[in-house]
Amino acid sequence: MTITLHVNGRDHTLEADPSTPLLYVLRDDLELNGAKYGCGLGQCGACTVQVDGRAVFSCLTPIAALEGRQIRTVEGLGTVDQPSRLQAAFLTEQAAQCGYCIAGMIMRAQALLDEKQHPTEAEIRSHMDANLCRCGTHMRILRAIRRAAGLPSTEGF
Amino acid sequence: MDTSGKIFSEKVRRSSVERLRYLNHKRVLVYGLVGAGICTLLALALTYRYPIAAVARPEQASFSSEAVEKGAALARIGDCSTCHTADGGGPFAGGRPLATPFGTLFSTNITSHEGTGIGSWSPAAFRRAMRSGVSRDGKHLYPALPYEHFIYATDADLDALYAFFMTRRAIATTQPVNRLYPPLGFRPLLAGWKMLFLHGGIWQPRTDRSVEWNRGAYLVEGFAHCGACHTPRSIAGAEMAAHAYAGGWAEGWYAPPINGQNPAARDWTIDSLYTYLRTGIDMNHGAAAGPMAPVTYNLAHAPASDVHAIAVYVASLMGKTQNTEVGMAPLTQHPDAAAQDHPIGAALFAGACSGCHGPGAPMMTQGRPLLSLGSAVQEAEPRDVVQIILHGLKSPTGGSGPYMPAFADSFTDSQIAEIAGYLRSRYTDHPAWPKLNEALAQAREEGGQP
Repeated sequence: MTITLHVNGRDHTLEADPSTPLLYVLRDDLELNGAKYGCGLGQCGACTVQVDGRAVFSCLTPIAALEGRQIRTVEGLGTVDQPSRLQAAFLTEQAAQCGYCIAGMIMRAQALLDEKQHPTEAEIRSHMDANLCRCGTHMRILRAIRRAAGLPSTEGF
Repeated sequence: MDTSGKIFSEKVRRSSVERLRYLNHKRVLVYGLVGAGICTLLALALTYRYPIAAVARPEQASFSSEAVEKGAALARIGDCSTCHTADGGGPFAGGRPLATPFGTLFSTNITSHEGTGIGSWSPAAFRRAMRSGVSRDGKHLYPALPYEHFIYATDADLDALYAFFMTRRAIATTQPVNRLYPPLGFRPLLAGWKMLFLHGGIWQPRTDRSVEWNRGAYLVEGFAHCGACHTPRSIAGAEMAAHAYAGGWAEGWYAPPINGQNPAARDWTIDSLYTYLRTGIDMNHGAAAGPMAPVTYNLAHAPASDVHAIAVYVASLMGKTQNTEVGMAPLTQHPDAAAQDHPIGAALFAGACSGCHGPGAPMMTQGRPLLSLGSAVQEAEPRDVVQIILHGLKSPTGGSGPYMPAFADSFTDSQIAEIAGYLRSRYTDHPAWPKLNEALAQAREEGGQP
């Protein structure tokens, strides 16, 4: 099928099977390599992007579901020179170890911050529940989100 | 001709007649009001329940460990923790919102705290609350506390449950105010409800059934209160005894029939019920979801013999008097016809679901149940399928294995309706669900996981 996807504010028209997961189109056709393939089963969150402002697993979102919807990837947030507030917080807290999960982490966290500027600790934790980091930098990731949300850093938490 | 006098006297006559009528009306009105007042007072008097004196919280050491252990098991079977624990709140400290068709109730604190829990309740006050739905201070309790079932509990069992709660950590809370539609906040009305709907008494075992069946019947009809969800309710919110276990509603989910009308693709057996209730999943019937998930979590910690007795009784409700082998008849699959009827649903399923649920997917090769085996696709109501797609599924027994992610944010309502329609068509022989869109709207409104 021919489909037009709105990604990071731009339209992309392409030809693909309607059941193709968004992740494959982002990486293979649009060369947006921020979102990663982790498990392909919606268990890890490395592929997380935003659809209409909500965090979704792009590995489990077929493009047939996306006509007319707004897609945002980590490339749509900021640049190396001008990182977004959240990206800058991830840098400051050195939240990435291998970095494989980070694009997904940022996109999920951004969805929360877009909805609620100052979420509580409990809200952050329950919201981030779906994304895993195999290096185990969850504590730094949480610190980065707290920093971006203007919450106290609670060192050692 | 002077007619004015005649007219005048006519007026006087009429007015005196009217006055008499008026007086009569007034008298009727006054008597009526007095009568109504007396009736109201009588009715109110009938709704009155005396307060039971507060006691000092009993010493923990005054309860035997056997009683506490027995009470703990009954609390598991009764699933008390689920309603009486709020998200992030202390165990049994209440405050959890319970959405009902009559408004939102907040569960109460049943820890041993003297001020805000039940620490100052005597065993008699506790027994009365459980069986008659009356608080220690004489206030009527709402039937969200399933005293329709607890009425069957024995004194010994209630005293054991009392011992369990009195030995729980005391937690002080502030009780949120219920939000009920007027005039339902006026508790004396509940006395009328009870007069109409609260029946039952001491549980009578049946001599023509096994000891285990009788134990299961006592637990299912009593503490486990299965009918509270699995029996349909009347508009007054009472269980319809004539349709016992014919399927009901629970917190936005459909509780399927657990009588002869159960829709499972393969008949339940005593063994499969036991496995399901104890582990939250059975390979021939699927996984527990929604409000059933915490039930299985609690039953996983209840005595095995009691869970088996429950399985025996529930199997008998479904018409199975003894354990049988699960029938291994080939399962329904109509992939081609389903793809024809629901091309969009088929494409969405292929991209979003088949990675786990499709033939050859890792989950399927690990022996997880096929979708045709799950009761949700077979049920007369689409609500559970819709809920599971929207909110996903987590392991009810707290395991760390794979789970089903939520799709509420990935798909629009019409896309989820397409997927649900495709599942129904592919995995069952039943007709398409009507009103899928309404089911979706309601599921989104009522929310998912309890």
